[in-house]
Amino acid sequence: MQLSREELVGAYRRMAIIRQFEERLHEEIKTGEIAGFTHLYCGQEAAAVGVCDHLTTEDLIVSTHRGHGHCIAKGCDVKGMMKEIYGRRDGLCKGRGGSMHIADLSVGMLGANGIVGAGAPQAVGAAIAAKLDGKGRVAIAFSGDGACNQGTTFEAMNLAVVVKAPAIFVFENNHYSEHTGVDYAVGTNKDIASRAEAFGMKAWRANGCDYFDTYETMRDLLEYVRAGNGPAAIELDTERFYGHFEGDPQRYRAKGELDRLREERDCLKAFRARVGEAKLLDLQLLDDVDAEVAQLIEEATSEARAAPPPDPAHVAEDVYVDY
Amino acid sequence: MAVMNIREAINKTLMDEMERDSNIIVLGEDVVGGAGTAGGQEAIGGIWGTTPGLFAKFGADRVIDTPISESAIIGAAAGAALAGKRPVAELMFADFVGVSLDQLWNQMAKFRYMFGGKTTCPAVVRLIYGAGMNAAAQHSQSVYAMLTSMPGLKVVLPATPADAKGLLTEALRGDDPVMFFEHKALYGVKGEVPDGEHRQRFGEARMVREGGDVTVVTCGRMVGFGEKAADKLAAEGIGVDLIDLRTTSPLDEEAILDSVEATGRLVVVDESPPRCSLAADIAAIVASKAFTSLKAPPAMITGPHSPIPFARELERAWVPSPQKIEDAVRQLLAFR
Repeated sequence: MQLSREELVGAYRRMAIIRQFEERLHEEIKTGEIAGFTHLYCGQEAAAVGVCDHLTTEDLIVSTHRGHGHCIAKGCDVKGMMKEIYGRRDGLCKGRGGSMHIADLSVGMLGANGIVGAGAPQAVGAAIAAKLDGKGRVAIAFSGDGACNQGTTFEAMNLAVVVKAPAIFVFENNHYSEHTGVDYAVGTNKDIASRAEAFGMKAWRANGCDYFDTYETMRDLLEYVRAGNGPAAIELDTERFYGHFEGDPQRYRAKGELDRLREERDCLKAFRARVGEAKLLDLQLLDDVDAEVAQLIEEATSEARAAPPPDPAHVAEDVYVDY
Repeated sequence: MAVMNIREAINKTLMDEMERDSNIIVLGEDVVGGAGTAGGQEAIGGIWGTTPGLFAKFGADRVIDTPISESAIIGAAAGAALAGKRPVAELMFADFVGVSLDQLWNQMAKFRYMFGGKTTCPAVVRLIYGAGMNAAAQHSQSVYAMLTSMPGLKVVLPATPADAKGLLTEALRGDDPVMFFEHKALYGVKGEVPDGEHRQRFGEARMVREGGDVTVVTCGRMVGFGEKAADKLAAEGIGVDLIDLRTTSPLDEEAILDSVEATGRLVVVDESPPRCSLAADIAAIVASKAFTSLKAPPAMITGPHSPIPFARELERAWVPSPQKIEDAVRQLLAFR
């Protein structure tokens, strides 16, 4: 373990922001104030943060249907995100994208995506661009176990290998694609990393509920990719605490499954246990972080609620740069 | 001015623009042609002969042979554009747009709007389209109307070598995703091409002939058919206003409406099936915006509502022809 105290607190803080942002959304959605579909990332925080903690704003990511965690981990403005999800004028995307389409190119976040599997080819394109620039940047495609069954993902992996692009395929296997289990939907051996290996790239596996395992495995992977070895993949075994979309009653879950996950596979609890046992940090410090984050989320929510809606007169703006 | 054909104009423009802007990259199936095989690195240079020489000049980092993976090609172009490059992706046959449609329709076309206007997607997709080579139903279609219907994409159809240069240059200098349609039967068309920088603004139709009796709206290969018909009709004393749209998105509505207001008669020639077509679109625009100018119902010349057939006789029957345009013009003049 080479993380400084500051880095450890930072990692926890980012995970806590994702957690509280989403727990708050889960409550706010019930009020009916938030329109549309929202897909919560809660439970997978260690995956996004463990991956993105290695990246700078120069590195690029494309995200998924379940993109809030990736946005926060990559450095998108949390208040801007909340306003966006509330459909406000000053939201990160002016209220045009909503939960499923948050992007912030200024921090290298090239967009969440409403289409499962659409991001992977885009990450390869971004990686081709990064390779051309020769500055050692990488491009990451976050994909779920649902996207791993899309042809686009296969095409993207093959193209990345062919052109030796610094593309990284991060497969977050949270065991459900929409409402269908991975045991049913992912054929043969259920191992997504082996699919990447079949395309000729090196693949790693890590416990996506464990920040430290994710972070350390990604460090090895990134060292390999930044050295010019072409693309690589990692499968992160992780969990999703909420349904596919908010309002999904999750009848497909086994009895007691969610309670067990919250008890045994909560990445924030695991993080606290790890740093506590190893005496790396005083847990009081993390409690303080929780309180500080709660304040941020409270502000983000009340500001978003009070923020002005978009002007309908602008409905058809920004389609083209120049038309 | 140099005389060259459309194929040469496209190749020359790519060459010049790639020289000028190191952010331009070219990718597609066989754009190098022969990469990785014993025959050498540039065995073909594109099956349509539009990309030879690029690889030798700009190398494998900027001229990229891809596997047969249309979604990956267009998706990679989308991602590269977001990441600051200016990709030119080739769809060897426009029909393959179906294979990659999500990346065009849900991705490229929507990035700017969906992300609050904070990004651009300066990608050019070259789509080789059209009937006339007996390539049958899956290799002959003109899918420009479908892409025209998608806000966020610009749709361009050069009919002359000069426009091929001017419009492609404009596409490569602009910041929006451009669908650049090249008709496979037009590559050999020769004409004068302005030397040096030549940009043709989008949304500015070309008045090919001025006649005053009937407005004939065309694009792509249909422009030449319109010219043939107009020549024949001129010999009978019938004057045709022949319009080459150049781009269908943006559409030069003003040029169409101005002409129809003067002639009172509209023929739209569109190399695609009739339903929800460019012909239907333009007829509707004219009917709703210039109704009182019309002396006869708009005529739409398209293929039948069927896939494009293989046999020579059948394909000839499918595609609009100069004869059909002539007949439509005469019928409009006889209408009372």
